Amino acid sequence: MRNRVADHVQKLQPSGIRRFFDLAANMEGVISLGVGEPDFVTSWGVREACIASLHNGHTSYTANAGLMELRQEISRYLAQEFEVEYSAANDIIVTVGASQALDLSIRAIVDPGDEVIVIEPSFVSYAPLIELVGGRAVRVGADAERGFSINFDDLEAAITERTKAILLCFPNNPTGTMLTRDELIQVSRLVEKHDLLVLSDEIYAELSFDEKFTSFPTLPNMKDRTILISGFSKGFAMTGWRLGFVAGPTDIIEAMLKIHQYAMMCASTMAQYGAIEALKNGRQDIEAMKKSYRRRRNYFVASLNEIGLPCHNPGGAFYAFPSIKPTGLSSQEFAERLLLEEKVAVVPGDVFGESGEGYVRCSYASSLEQLQEAIKRMERFVKQFR
Amino acid sequence: MQLTEKELDLLQIIEENGRMEIDVLSKMVELSESETEKILQQLEEQRIIVEYGAVIDWRKVDNFEGVTAMIDVKVTPKREVGFDEIAKNIYRFPEVKSVYLMSGAYDLSVVVEGKSLSQVANFVSEKLSTLDSVISTTTHFIMKKYKHDGTIFDQGEDDRRIVVSP
Ligand SMILES: Cc1ncc(COP(=O)(O)O)c(C=O)c1O
Repeated sequence: MRNRVADHVQKLQPSGIRRFFDLAANMEGVISLGVGEPDFVTSWGVREACIASLHNGHTSYTANAGLMELRQEISRYLAQEFEVEYSAANDIIVTVGASQALDLSIRAIVDPGDEVIVIEPSFVSYAPLIELVGGRAVRVGADAERGFSINFDDLEAAITERTKAILLCFPNNPTGTMLTRDELIQVSRLVEKHDLLVLSDEIYAELSFDEKFTSFPTLPNMKDRTILISGFSKGFAMTGWRLGFVAGPTDIIEAMLKIHQYAMMCASTMAQYGAIEALKNGRQDIEAMKKSYRRRRNYFVASLNEIGLPCHNPGGAFYAFPSIKPTGLSSQEFAERLLLEEKVAVVPGDVFGESGEGYVRCSYASSLEQLQEAIKRMERFVKQFR
Repeated sequence: MQLTEKELDLLQIIEENGRMEIDVLSKMVELSESETEKILQQLEEQRIIVEYGAVIDWRKVDNFEGVTAMIDVKVTPKREVGFDEIAKNIYRFPEVKSVYLMSGAYDLSVVVEGKSLSQVANFVSEKLSTLDSVISTTTHFIMKKYKHDGTIFDQGEDDRRIVVSP
């Protein structure tokens, strides 16, 4: 029989997270710091709005780009919170998670052979999505010494004739690193100089703790060069709803809408009604969740440093990315042994790219009691390597 | 009194959990342990922190018997002292857990705890209603606590998330 599975899919590596999930899933009494999602349940108001939409029989397709009312709320939200103006009618598509927004953006701009620069360590799906359309993911390691911010010499050196775009994510998964406004401006200069686009994954924007968030399209001359990707999963604690959005220059959004209408038609209708409520009345809940993450970050990162796992102070999201180099283990060995010996699940840093080797991702979106217990166990584990 | 952001932070955290160890607390608000201790001590002295308490679900304790009643009390305020004097006369009873001055259909809301319905009933008829200036009382017994001082009782605590996710 011929190959049943397409070549380009065969070549695709399964996510390293998957392997770790299998390993941890069958164990009991595990404290999981391996979870890339909020530990809050979506707020009551949003859940109720979704239920009400069902009671009211809103069970049909919406417009391809999403409910007009939701797009208007997204437009208002982006203007109010991030000072960037997008037209609800032409510049916004409601998607199935930021995941689909990423996929759409890449499919809309990348031709076979085109290069997209990814700053690593990065979210696991970036490079595979680029490779799935025949593009090349050009990986540039972040600068671990400076809290995993961008190394601009490496970034510029990676730009070639085929470079189409730079993919940015801040606050970052897995490092929690928040790029400063100055760093973003430096990126924007390269973008202009080399005539590039930026895919800006700002899904953790609501969770930036120490400084005001700068949305990439607000930088001088960047609005027409940026595709803004975001969604409801993280800041609004709505991961299971599968709802996100993308905003950008009208011509690119139009191209994306072509793909979206064939591939997805529209995002789930009831989820869209929930999202309207989240944007209208969700501010208070977001602020409360953010405060709670910030306190837990403070505790957790300080404790990691104390027990001998040096960790930079992540400016956002809910991840700490400590170095495990003092133990002399590889990140896979560290994560596996920590799981087997102390029943704490963390994600080995190398699954986020080569430059993540020597680090592990710990999500602190867990109760303080769990975090305290995890620190106790990790300290016991790390001690044996002194 | 104007408090700093860190002081407010500390108060909010210990209001949720008064038993938080000082090293955890100090890390959460990004202060040294000694600074944190000093602030807490000041807040105690200023009686902004009035007490460290525990929220207990007594229904789970088999050999504990007790009932709580909320009593609406109408009173005639007195010249010069208004409601304060009668409030004082009520809160001096050890059975009384709290007293609030209310707007609306009645004046004072009094929370009383006793071992049994009849003990509370006796308190109301013999001690409370007989006070000078109490006009009437309406007693409501609490049958079940769902949420108390911000704490939800019997909250499902299970984490439904998968163990490892992107
Ligand atoms: C950086 C980043 N982008 C996108 C996503 C996908 O989010 P969504 O749930 O909206 O698809 C995640 C989820 O972990 C993420 O961490």
